[in-house]
Amino acid sequence: MNALAILSWAIIGAQIMLALAMCCAVYRLVAGPRAQDRILGLDTLYVNAMLLLVTFGIRIGSTLFFEAALVIGLLGFVSTLALAKFLMRGEVIE
Amino acid sequence: MSGILPYPLLSLALLILWLLLNQSVSAGHIILGSVLAVLASWAMAALRPEKPRIRRPGAALRLAGMVLIDILRSNLAVGRIIVRSRQPGVNAGFLTIPLDLRDRHGLAVLSIIITSTPGTIWVNYDAAKGTLLLHVLDLVDETIWIQTIKHRYERLLMEIFE
Amino acid sequence: MNAAGNLPTWAALLTALLVLVGAAATLIGSLGLLRLGTFYARVHAPTLGTTLGMASILAGSALFFSMLEARPVVHEILIAVFVGLTTPVTLMLLVRAALYRDRIEGSKEVPAADAAEHSIPQD
Repeated sequence: MNALAILSWAIIGAQIMLALAMCCAVYRLVAGPRAQDRILGLDTLYVNAMLLLVTFGIRIGSTLFFEAALVIGLLGFVSTLALAKFLMRGEVIE
Repeated sequence: MSGILPYPLLSLALLILWLLLNQSVSAGHIILGSVLAVLASWAMAALRPEKPRIRRPGAALRLAGMVLIDILRSNLAVGRIIVRSRQPGVNAGFLTIPLDLRDRHGLAVLSIIITSTPGTIWVNYDAAKGTLLLHVLDLVDETIWIQTIKHRYERLLMEIFE
Repeated sequence: MNAAGNLPTWAALLTALLVLVGAAATLIGSLGLLRLGTFYARVHAPTLGTTLGMASILAGSALFFSMLEARPVVHEILIAVFVGLTTPVTLMLLVRAALYRDRIEGSKEVPAADAAEHSIPQD
Protein backbone atom coordinates (compact mmCIF):
# COMPACT_ATOMS: atom_id res chain seq x y z
CA MET A 1 0.00 0.00 0.00
CA ASN A 2 1.74 3.14 -1.09
CA ALA A 3 1.54 6.60 0.42
CA LEU A 4 -0.86 7.95 -2.18
CA ALA A 5 -3.41 5.25 -1.40
CA ILE A 6 -3.09 6.11 2.30
CA LEU A 7 -3.63 9.78 1.49
CA SER A 8 -6.71 9.08 -0.59
CA TRP A 9 -8.23 6.89 2.15
CA ALA A 10 -7.37 9.53 4.77
CA ILE A 11 -9.17 12.18 2.73
CA ILE A 12 -12.24 9.96 2.37
CA GLY A 13 -12.18 9.39 6.14
CA ALA A 14 -11.83 13.11 6.79
CA GLN A 15 -14.74 13.84 4.47
CA ILE A 16 -16.92 11.32 6.29
CA MET A 17 -16.00 12.97 9.61
CA LEU A 18 -16.76 16.44 8.24
CA ALA A 19 -20.10 15.19 6.88
CA LEU A 20 -20.98 13.81 10.32
CA ALA A 21 -19.98 17.17 11.81
CA MET A 22 -22.34 18.85 9.34
CA CYS A 23 -25.10 16.48 10.46
CA CYS A 24 -24.56 17.57 14.08
CA ALA A 25 -24.78 21.21 13.02
CA VAL A 26 -27.95 20.53 11.00
CA TYR A 27 -29.51 18.80 14.01
CA ARG A 28 -28.86 21.92 16.11
CA LEU A 29 -30.22 24.07 13.28
CA VAL A 30 -33.46 22.09 13.08
CA ALA A 31 -33.99 21.18 16.72
CA GLY A 32 -33.25 24.56 18.27
CA PRO A 33 -34.58 24.90 20.97
CA ARG A 34 -34.13 28.66 20.69
CA ALA A 35 -33.28 31.02 17.86
CA GLN A 36 -29.71 31.56 19.07
CA ASP A 37 -29.09 27.79 18.97
CA ARG A 38 -30.24 27.66 15.36
CA ILE A 39 -27.93 30.53 14.38
CA LEU A 40 -25.03 28.79 16.13
CA GLY A 41 -25.81 25.64 14.15
CA LEU A 42 -25.87 27.60 10.91
CA ASP A 43 -22.53 29.23 11.67
CA THR A 44 -20.96 25.84 12.40
CA LEU A 45 -22.49 24.48 9.20
CA TYR A 46 -20.80 27.22 7.16
CA VAL A 47 -17.38 26.49 8.65
CA ASN A 48 -17.76 22.72 8.19
CA ALA A 49 -18.87 23.17 4.58
CA MET A 50 -15.86 25.36 3.93
CA LEU A 51 -13.48 22.74 5.33
CA LEU A 52 -15.23 20.04 3.29
CA LEU A 53 -14.63 22.08 0.12
CA VAL A 54 -10.93 22.38 0.98
CA THR A 55 -10.66 18.59 1.35
CA PHE A 56 -12.47 18.17 -2.00
CA GLY A 57 -9.81 20.41 -3.51
CA ILE A 58 -7.03 18.18 -2.14
CA ARG A 59 -8.79 15.05 -3.38
CA ILE A 60 -9.24 16.33 -6.93
CA GLY A 61 -5.88 18.10 -6.96
CA SER A 62 -7.27 21.44 -8.05
CA THR A 63 -6.97 24.85 -6.38
CA LEU A 64 -10.26 25.95 -7.93
CA PHE A 65 -12.13 25.11 -4.75
CA PHE A 66 -10.10 27.64 -2.81
CA GLU A 67 -12.06 30.65 -4.07
CA ALA A 68 -15.36 28.94 -3.27
CA ALA A 69 -14.14 28.16 0.25
CA LEU A 70 -13.05 31.77 0.73
CA VAL A 71 -16.45 33.08 -0.41
CA ILE A 72 -18.31 30.64 1.86
CA GLY A 73 -16.17 31.73 4.81
CA LEU A 74 -16.90 35.42 4.22
CA LEU A 75 -20.62 34.90 3.49
CA GLY A 76 -20.94 32.86 6.69
CA PHE A 77 -19.52 35.76 8.66
CA VAL A 78 -21.86 38.34 7.15
CA SER A 79 -25.01 36.21 7.42
CA THR A 80 -24.37 35.17 11.03
CA LEU A 81 -23.64 38.77 11.94
CA ALA A 82 -26.91 39.95 10.35
CA LEU A 83 -28.91 37.20 12.09
CA ALA A 84 -27.35 37.95 15.49
CA LYS A 85 -28.08 41.65 15.03
CA PHE A 86 -31.65 40.76 14.14
CA LEU A 87 -31.99 38.79 17.41
CA MET A 88 -30.74 41.72 19.41
CA ARG A 89 -32.71 44.54 17.83
CA GLY A 90 -35.41 43.00 15.67
CA GLU A 91 -34.03 44.90 12.67
CA VAL A 92 -30.90 44.50 10.60
CA ILE A 93 -30.57 48.00 9.17
CA GLU A 94 -31.53 50.75 11.58
CA MET B 1 4.15 60.24 6.39
CA SER B 2 0.59 61.36 6.88
CA GLY B 3 0.31 62.64 3.29
CA ILE B 4 0.68 59.76 0.88
CA LEU B 5 0.76 56.81 3.29
CA PRO B 6 -1.41 57.51 6.33
CA TYR B 7 -1.47 53.84 7.40
CA PRO B 8 1.69 52.10 6.14
CA LEU B 9 0.99 48.79 7.90
CA LEU B 10 -2.55 48.61 6.51
CA SER B 11 -1.31 49.38 2.99
CA LEU B 12 1.36 46.68 3.27
CA ALA B 13 -1.21 44.14 4.51
CA LEU B 14 -3.55 44.97 1.61
CA LEU B 15 -0.72 44.61 -0.90
CA ILE B 16 0.17 41.19 0.52
CA LEU B 17 -3.52 40.24 0.41
CA TRP B 18 -3.71 41.22 -3.27
CA LEU B 19 -0.58 39.24 -4.18
CA LEU B 20 -1.80 36.16 -2.28
CA LEU B 21 -5.21 36.30 -3.93
CA ASN B 22 -3.67 36.49 -7.40
CA GLN B 23 -0.88 34.05 -6.54
CA SER B 24 1.66 36.09 -8.43
CA VAL B 25 4.52 38.49 -7.71
CA SER B 26 4.79 39.92 -11.22
CA ALA B 27 5.52 43.63 -11.65
CA GLY B 28 2.03 44.36 -12.95
CA HIS B 29 0.32 42.86 -9.91
CA ILE B 30 2.69 44.65 -7.54
CA ILE B 31 1.90 48.02 -9.16
CA LEU B 32 -1.86 47.40 -9.28
CA GLY B 33 -1.87 46.11 -5.70
CA SER B 34 0.15 49.09 -4.46
CA VAL B 35 -2.23 51.56 -6.10
CA LEU B 36 -5.25 49.79 -4.55
CA ALA B 37 -3.54 49.62 -1.14
CA VAL B 38 -2.76 53.35 -1.14
CA LEU B 39 -6.29 54.24 -2.28
CA ALA B 40 -7.78 52.06 0.45
CA SER B 41 -5.59 53.66 3.09
CA TRP B 42 -6.82 57.09 1.95
CA ALA B 43 -10.39 55.87 2.36
CA MET B 44 -9.43 54.68 5.84
CA ALA B 45 -7.89 58.09 6.62
CA ALA B 46 -11.19 59.75 5.70
CA LEU B 47 -12.83 57.77 8.52
CA ARG B 48 -10.20 59.08 10.96
CA PRO B 49 -9.92 56.17 13.34
CA GLU B 50 -7.75 56.50 16.42
CA LYS B 51 -4.26 55.40 15.47
CA PRO B 52 -2.88 52.44 17.42
CA ARG B 53 0.64 52.75 18.73
CA ILE B 54 2.49 49.48 18.97
CA ARG B 55 5.25 50.21 21.44
CA ARG B 56 7.06 46.88 21.56
CA PRO B 57 6.89 44.60 18.51
CA GLY B 58 8.94 41.96 20.38
CA ALA B 59 6.27 41.67 23.06
CA ALA B 60 3.63 41.37 20.33
CA LEU B 61 5.47 38.41 18.81
CA ARG B 62 5.81 36.78 22.23
CA LEU B 63 2.07 37.29 22.81
CA ALA B 64 1.24 35.71 19.44
CA GLY B 65 3.32 32.62 20.21
CA MET B 66 1.79 32.30 23.67
CA VAL B 67 -1.74 32.60 22.26
CA LEU B 68 -1.08 29.87 19.66
CA ILE B 69 0.17 27.49 22.37
CA ASP B 70 -2.79 28.32 24.62
CA ILE B 71 -5.28 27.75 21.77
CA LEU B 72 -3.77 24.33 21.07
CA ARG B 73 -3.83 23.41 24.76
CA SER B 74 -7.41 24.50 25.34
CA ASN B 75 -8.47 22.70 22.14
CA LEU B 76 -7.32 19.49 23.80
CA ALA B 77 -8.96 20.42 27.11
CA VAL B 78 -12.35 21.26 25.55
CA GLY B 79 -12.19 18.17 23.33
CA ARG B 80 -11.61 16.03 26.41
CA ILE B 81 -14.59 17.61 28.18
CA ILE B 82 -16.89 17.01 25.18
CA VAL B 83 -15.83 13.40 24.59
CA ARG B 84 -15.05 12.07 28.06
CA SER B 85 -17.28 13.94 30.48
CA ARG B 86 -20.49 12.19 31.41
CA GLN B 87 -22.38 15.45 31.83
CA PRO B 88 -20.44 17.95 29.71
CA GLY B 89 -20.88 21.61 30.43
CA VAL B 90 -22.08 21.13 33.98
CA ASN B 91 -19.25 23.34 35.27
CA ALA B 92 -19.92 26.18 32.84
CA GLY B 93 -20.56 29.59 34.30
CA PHE B 94 -20.17 33.35 34.07
CA LEU B 95 -17.19 35.14 35.57
CA THR B 96 -16.46 38.82 36.19
CA ILE B 97 -12.90 40.09 35.97
CA PRO B 98 -11.71 43.61 36.83
CA LEU B 99 -9.40 44.91 34.10
CA ASP B 100 -6.71 47.60 34.25
CA LEU B 101 -6.32 47.75 30.48
CA ARG B 102 -8.06 50.85 29.06
CA ASP B 103 -6.68 51.19 25.53
CA ARG B 104 -9.37 50.41 22.95
CA HIS B 105 -7.08 48.53 20.61
CA GLY B 106 -5.70 46.50 23.48
CA LEU B 107 -9.24 45.58 24.55
CA ALA B 108 -10.11 44.62 20.97
CA VAL B 109 -7.09 42.31 20.75
CA LEU B 110 -7.90 40.84 24.16
CA SER B 111 -11.49 40.11 23.08
CA ILE B 112 -10.28 38.30 19.95
CA ILE B 113 -7.77 36.28 21.98
CA ILE B 114 -10.28 35.28 24.65
CA THR B 115 -13.06 34.38 22.23
CA SER B 116 -10.92 32.45 19.77
CA THR B 117 -9.52 30.34 22.60
CA PRO B 118 -11.90 27.38 23.00
CA GLY B 119 -13.50 27.24 26.41
CA THR B 120 -13.68 30.98 27.11
CA ILE B 121 -15.85 33.63 25.50
CA TRP B 122 -15.95 37.39 25.96
CA VAL B 123 -19.49 38.50 26.76
CA ASN B 124 -19.50 42.10 27.87
CA TYR B 125 -17.13 44.89 28.85
CA ASP B 126 -18.34 47.60 31.18
CA ALA B 127 -16.34 50.70 30.24
CA ALA B 128 -17.57 52.70 33.23
CA LYS B 129 -16.45 50.18 35.84
CA GLY B 130 -13.69 48.54 33.85
CA THR B 131 -15.02 45.03 34.43
CA LEU B 132 -15.23 42.22 31.95
CA LEU B 133 -17.93 39.54 31.88
CA LEU B 134 -16.74 36.18 30.59
CA HIS B 135 -18.34 32.81 30.09
CA VAL B 136 -16.12 29.83 30.84
CA LEU B 137 -16.86 26.21 29.98
CA ASP B 138 -14.82 24.67 32.78
CA LEU B 139 -15.31 27.03 35.71
CA VAL B 140 -13.93 25.00 38.61
CA ASP B 141 -11.66 27.61 40.16
CA GLU B 142 -12.35 31.27 39.39
CA THR B 143 -8.99 32.52 40.64
CA ILE B 144 -7.05 30.44 38.10
CA TRP B 145 -8.92 32.06 35.21
CA ILE B 146 -8.50 35.55 36.67
CA GLN B 147 -4.76 34.94 37.16
CA THR B 148 -4.39 33.57 33.62
CA ILE B 149 -6.07 36.47 31.91
CA LYS B 150 -4.55 39.20 34.06
CA HIS B 151 -1.00 37.90 34.12
CA ARG B 152 -0.61 36.12 30.82
CA TYR B 153 -2.44 38.47 28.47
CA GLU B 154 -3.33 41.76 30.10
CA ARG B 155 0.18 42.64 31.28
CA LEU B 156 1.68 41.99 27.85
CA LEU B 157 -1.10 43.93 26.12
CA MET B 158 -0.53 46.90 28.43
CA GLU B 159 3.18 46.76 27.59
CA ILE B 160 2.37 46.76 23.89
CA PHE B 161 -0.36 49.37 23.65
CA GLU B 162 -0.10 51.75 26.63
CA MET C 1 -6.05 11.38 -6.81
CA ASN C 2 -4.94 10.99 -10.44
CA ALA C 3 -2.92 14.21 -10.52
CA ALA C 4 -0.79 13.40 -7.47
CA GLY C 5 1.82 11.24 -9.17
CA ASN C 6 4.94 13.17 -8.27
CA LEU C 7 4.18 13.70 -4.60
CA PRO C 8 6.95 12.69 -2.13
CA THR C 9 5.97 9.96 0.34
CA TRP C 10 6.56 12.06 3.46
CA ALA C 11 4.39 14.90 2.07
CA ALA C 12 1.52 12.52 1.30
CA LEU C 13 1.67 10.98 4.78
CA LEU C 14 1.94 14.36 6.52
CA THR C 15 -0.99 15.73 4.51
CA ALA C 16 -3.06 12.67 5.42
CA LEU C 17 -2.24 13.15 9.11
CA LEU C 18 -3.02 16.88 9.08
CA VAL C 19 -6.33 16.43 7.26
CA LEU C 20 -7.41 13.63 9.59
CA VAL C 21 -6.48 15.60 12.73
CA GLY C 22 -8.33 18.67 11.48
CA ALA C 23 -11.45 16.70 10.55
CA ALA C 24 -11.43 14.94 13.93
CA ALA C 25 -11.16 18.25 15.79
CA THR C 26 -14.04 19.68 13.75
CA LEU C 27 -16.16 16.59 14.39
CA ILE C 28 -15.52 16.78 18.15
CA GLY C 29 -16.44 20.45 18.13
CA SER C 30 -19.70 19.81 16.28
CA LEU C 31 -20.41 16.86 18.57
CA GLY C 32 -20.23 19.38 21.39
CA LEU C 33 -23.24 21.11 19.84
CA LEU C 34 -25.18 17.92 20.54
CA ARG C 35 -23.75 16.97 23.91
CA LEU C 36 -23.52 20.25 25.80
CA GLY C 37 -26.59 21.14 27.79
CA THR C 38 -27.16 24.90 27.62
CA PHE C 39 -26.75 27.52 24.91
CA TYR C 40 -23.89 29.29 26.68
CA ALA C 41 -21.97 26.02 26.96
CA ARG C 42 -22.67 25.16 23.32
CA VAL C 43 -21.13 28.42 22.11
CA HIS C 44 -17.70 27.07 23.09
CA ALA C 45 -17.95 23.99 20.88
CA PRO C 46 -17.58 25.39 17.31
CA THR C 47 -14.33 27.20 18.20
CA LEU C 48 -12.58 23.81 17.99
CA GLY C 49 -13.43 23.62 14.32
CA THR C 50 -12.43 27.21 13.61
CA THR C 51 -9.05 26.99 15.36
CA LEU C 52 -7.36 23.59 15.36
CA GLY C 53 -9.62 22.01 12.73
CA MET C 54 -9.29 24.82 10.24
CA ALA C 55 -5.57 25.42 10.82
CA SER C 56 -4.73 21.74 10.44
CA ILE C 57 -6.76 21.13 7.27
CA LEU C 58 -5.49 24.34 5.65
CA ALA C 59 -1.88 23.47 6.54
CA GLY C 60 -2.41 20.07 4.92
CA SER C 61 -3.84 21.72 1.81
CA ALA C 62 -0.97 24.24 1.59
CA LEU C 63 1.61 21.46 1.95
CA PHE C 64 -0.11 19.26 -0.64
CA PHE C 65 -0.39 21.93 -3.34
CA SER C 66 3.10 23.33 -2.66
CA MET C 67 4.58 19.88 -3.23
CA LEU C 68 2.31 19.08 -6.15
CA GLU C 69 3.01 22.26 -8.10
CA ALA C 70 6.66 22.58 -6.92
CA ARG C 71 6.14 26.22 -5.87
CA PRO C 72 4.90 27.76 -2.61
CA VAL C 73 1.09 27.80 -2.57
CA VAL C 74 0.20 29.68 0.58
CA HIS C 75 -3.05 31.43 -0.24
CA GLU C 76 -4.74 29.19 2.36
CA ILE C 77 -3.36 31.70 4.87
CA LEU C 78 -6.06 34.11 3.65
CA ILE C 79 -8.87 31.79 4.71
CA ALA C 80 -7.17 31.23 8.07
CA VAL C 81 -6.79 34.98 8.68
CA PHE C 82 -10.33 35.88 7.56
CA VAL C 83 -12.09 33.10 9.48
CA GLY C 84 -9.78 33.47 12.47
CA LEU C 85 -10.60 37.16 12.81
CA THR C 86 -14.30 36.99 11.98
CA THR C 87 -15.46 33.97 14.01
CA PRO C 88 -14.78 35.63 17.41
CA VAL C 89 -16.80 38.65 16.28
CA THR C 90 -19.84 36.57 15.31
CA LEU C 91 -19.67 34.47 18.49
CA MET C 92 -19.37 37.55 20.70
CA LEU C 93 -22.34 39.22 19.02
CA LEU C 94 -24.39 36.01 19.22
CA VAL C 95 -23.68 35.59 22.94
CA ARG C 96 -24.57 39.21 23.61
CA ALA C 97 -27.81 38.82 21.68
CA ALA C 98 -28.66 35.68 23.67
CA LEU C 99 -27.82 37.43 26.94
CA TYR C 100 -29.97 40.38 25.96
CA ARG C 101 -32.94 38.12 25.19
CA ASP C 102 -32.49 36.13 28.41
CA ARG C 103 -32.33 39.30 30.48
CA ILE C 104 -35.48 40.65 28.87
CA GLU C 105 -37.26 37.42 29.74
CA GLY C 106 -35.95 37.67 33.30
CA SER C 107 -34.00 34.41 33.22
CA LYS C 108 -32.34 33.47 36.51
CA GLU C 109 -29.39 31.75 34.85
CA VAL C 110 -27.67 34.87 33.54
CA PRO C 111 -26.04 37.66 35.55
CA ALA C 112 -28.30 40.60 36.24
CA ALA C 113 -28.29 43.57 33.90
CA ASP C 114 -26.65 46.11 36.22
CA ALA C 115 -25.49 48.94 33.99
CA ALA C 116 -25.44 46.63 31.02
CA GLU C 117 -27.03 49.26 28.84
CA HIS C 118 -24.14 51.68 29.38
CA SER C 119 -21.57 49.18 28.23
CA ILE C 120 -22.90 48.94 24.69
CA PRO C 121 -20.87 51.64 22.95
CA GLN C 122 -23.21 54.24 21.56
CA ASP C 123 -20.79 55.99 19.24
